[in-house]
Amino acid sequence: MSPLKALLNGFKEIPPLRLVLGLCPVLAVSAFAENGFGMGLAATAVLIGSNLVISALRNVIPDKIRIPCFIVVIATFVSIVDMTLNAFMPALHAELGIFVPLIVVNCIILGRAEAFASKNGVLSSIADGIGVGLSFTFALTLLSAIRELLGAGTIFGVSVLGEAYQPFRVFGFPPGAFIALGLMLAFYNMLAKKYKLG
Amino acid sequence: MELIAIIFGAIFINNFVLSRFLGLCPFVGVSRKVETALGMSMAVVFVMGMTAVVTWPIEHFLLVPNDLQYLRTIVFILVIATLVQFVELVVRKISPALYQALGIFLPLITTNCAVLGVAILNITLEYNLLESVVFSVAAAVGFALALLIMAGIRERLEFSFVPLHFKGISLALIMTGILSLAFSGFKGMLE
Repeated sequence: MSPLKALLNGFKEIPPLRLVLGLCPVLAVSAFAENGFGMGLAATAVLIGSNLVISALRNVIPDKIRIPCFIVVIATFVSIVDMTLNAFMPALHAELGIFVPLIVVNCIILGRAEAFASKNGVLSSIADGIGVGLSFTFALTLLSAIRELLGAGTIFGVSVLGEAYQPFRVFGFPPGAFIALGLMLAFYNMLAKKYKLG
Repeated sequence: MELIAIIFGAIFINNFVLSRFLGLCPFVGVSRKVETALGMSMAVVFVMGMTAVVTWPIEHFLLVPNDLQYLRTIVFILVIATLVQFVELVVRKISPALYQALGIFLPLITTNCAVLGVAILNITLEYNLLESVVFSVAAAVGFALALLIMAGIRERLEFSFVPLHFKGISLALIMTGILSLAFSGFKGMLE
């Protein structure tokens, strides 16, 4: 698959909406748009790095132990991202907390390694990582922006709905995350039906 | 008394699924039938208990004395992957029926964020070994409780009218939200 096609294909997947596999890190950090955006970029960085290394090593890794090998590669990149965030953005790192190391177990990253990077060339795999990563970031930012708007009346910390708005507090707490994502999925299902997105 | 507070907190107040967002993949994936949910719950309780027993000594006798904490993520995930393989072998030997029922979800415990999450939380919350094990098992029981309640609800949903676009995961998530809302009623009980 050519790199450009891989990028577009990756972007089409919109993981949190269609695959719903990357749920864990999505929900916990989605109370504020800034955190969602930061987490999305962190996951994208890991995805690009792991896709790169795994596709470069795809002919060396024995088939039987490929999953542990993938996990080690992914964990390495997660540690790098974790330490980088800690060094340069301590505030964001503190907000994301244990959910940075938990990127390791994000099914999307292992899923792309297994489904794409282990079968395609290095350039295509990087493109796939960028595509999937960006669409993941987009969906996560959208979800957190909706939650922040309803839960606090702001987006990226900027007041949108004005002083008079009575915040819908529940959207800032865990129940609101589930409900918001559920509604978003239903909305997406509706769009998919209407425009036959498959 | 301390331990009772930990147990109660992990099961009800900071329920892993409903308020910490850990273990959502299997929670959504295997909550369609009570029977499979039960099998999954038992596997998770066992794996999480074992994880605490194994990862705590690794952190405090291997990583900390050698200043290797930055390797924590890699080491923990490898230990967990090995443990899950072990549990898989045991389940396949002891109960082939359960093995069939759990299917793909047993290997998926490796990528269950609840397991790695509990190992990391034990470190960040600075629990000692006993507290870690108690916390992990209680957290797993909390996970199992949420999973079983959800499976019960979803079994009934099969027979009721659901708007087309809400079918499947969408409605499951909204139900989880309502359940989470109910559980948040436990907040403040330990103050």
